[in-house]
Amino acid sequence: MGGRNATMVLLDENGIRCDGRKIDEPRRIMIKAGGLKNADGSAYIEFGNNKILVGVFGPRDVHPKHMSNTDTGILRVRYHMEPFSVTERKNPAPSRREIEISKVIKEALEPAVMLEKFPRTAVDVFIEVLQADGGTRCAALTAASVALADAGIPMRDMVASIAAGKVADTIVLDVNNEEDQAGQADMPIGYMPSLKKITLLQLDGILTPEEYKKCVDVGVQGCKIVYELQKKALTDKYFGKGGD
Amino acid sequence: MTSISVIDQLKKAQILELLEEGKRVDGRAFDEPRKLIIETNAIPHANGSARVRLGDTEVICGVKIQPDRPFPDTGDKGLFICTAELLPLSHPTVETGPPQPHVIELARVVDRGIRESHMIDVSQLVIEKDKSVIGVFADNVVVDYDGNLFDACSYASTAALLTSKTPKWNWVDDKPQLVEGGETALPISTIPVSVTMGRIGNHIIVDPNGDEWDSMDARITITSDSNGNICALQKGGSDGFTQDQINQCGEISIRVGAKIREILKESQKGSQ
Repeated sequence: MGGRNATMVLLDENGIRCDGRKIDEPRRIMIKAGGLKNADGSAYIEFGNNKILVGVFGPRDVHPKHMSNTDTGILRVRYHMEPFSVTERKNPAPSRREIEISKVIKEALEPAVMLEKFPRTAVDVFIEVLQADGGTRCAALTAASVALADAGIPMRDMVASIAAGKVADTIVLDVNNEEDQAGQADMPIGYMPSLKKITLLQLDGILTPEEYKKCVDVGVQGCKIVYELQKKALTDKYFGKGGD
Repeated sequence: MTSISVIDQLKKAQILELLEEGKRVDGRAFDEPRKLIIETNAIPHANGSARVRLGDTEVICGVKIQPDRPFPDTGDKGLFICTAELLPLSHPTVETGPPQPHVIELARVVDRGIRESHMIDVSQLVIEKDKSVIGVFADNVVVDYDGNLFDACSYASTAALLTSKTPKWNWVDDKPQLVEGGETALPISTIPVSVTMGRIGNHIIVDPNGDEWDSMDARITITSDSNGNICALQKGGSDGFTQDQINQCGEISIRVGAKIREILKESQKGSQ
């Protein structure tokens, strides 16, 4: 994927990272609620150089019918990357990685959505990664929460998401692509700030027990920053001037 | 269908009720994994193998080692690939056909735990830089299901890798040539151990069995290495954890993992 530059300085003596950020500073995040005409709810996010579009349909009839559940509605998530979203063309067919990420995002969103209010129906979340730059699953989960809220589906909370990680022996917030390739650990976190619940958590890379606790904490604090931007995106659409 | 779901609900209620009294459905302590039985060299045709029983869950892992082309961007490193499959004979609900998302997740989580620990030093598995490297394939098959496949497959892979013998190849006439009798152990740098925990209500239980697995609100799999550091993690299930619970799970995984690492080491000794 990204350029692997052996001479790149990941963290300089002033605590500034390879893209000029401080250790606890996320990349530029822009979230827009709505935007798609046909979808019941939608959102667009730019997270650093990630560009991701999410459309939500439902609650609606379940096809195939045997998937429907008489006790509750079901949530279905497809995370998909466009062939042009990465440096080398990606095969458009869903990869094992995409299938796993779809499942992880689905399970991260489920606790937030009041599916039990809509038995025998499905809520479909379609995530399209237009451009990828490290941390797509976090950006996708963040946007998917906004799109679900935009669709007017009753929710307990929104899931905000960002990755923490270890770069040059330091725990940092929001690991970018270069840092992920060259860094020591990457921990994507999804968190519901009002319910104080972690709903997505993965890790690859080695952390001591102390670093592990620190990493979770840095990630949770980062999610609170993202949460404010999610709320702002919805307020802008529904209570702001520029609503569509 | 209805009758099955009623039984499930009753079972779930019973499991939760017992947990409230501090008991588990099979009498174990909350942080006690099931009995782990490891038989190494179960498949002599493989370069390494293990048959693992974790309670009533049974997994067979075979390791095949053969020359392969390196990935274009890592010509100075050998390959390590770990897979997992649920065989149709392992449970009445398992069907043939392309793998379901939960099986893909299983294979990827088991692979990630071993890969991220750097258990195998792949830089030592090069035959000719950029042209030919040694590929190590650890393939797990689940033959009997009773919950927690993550740990069963992880232990089977680790036990099989610990006892694997890699053949030696020389680079002759632009192709790898097998050196007779050149077999050595794999370059092992650490022993990763995954510990999967389920959350039911506010209770965290280690190594959930099949019934507990179906009753979990959420689960987490944490892999630690020989130095007691955490090297991989995956949260799953349709609910979340509090930050305190995540920290608690980290501690449990290191403590329980250390005990299981001793069992894995014993199984390695037994095969020599």
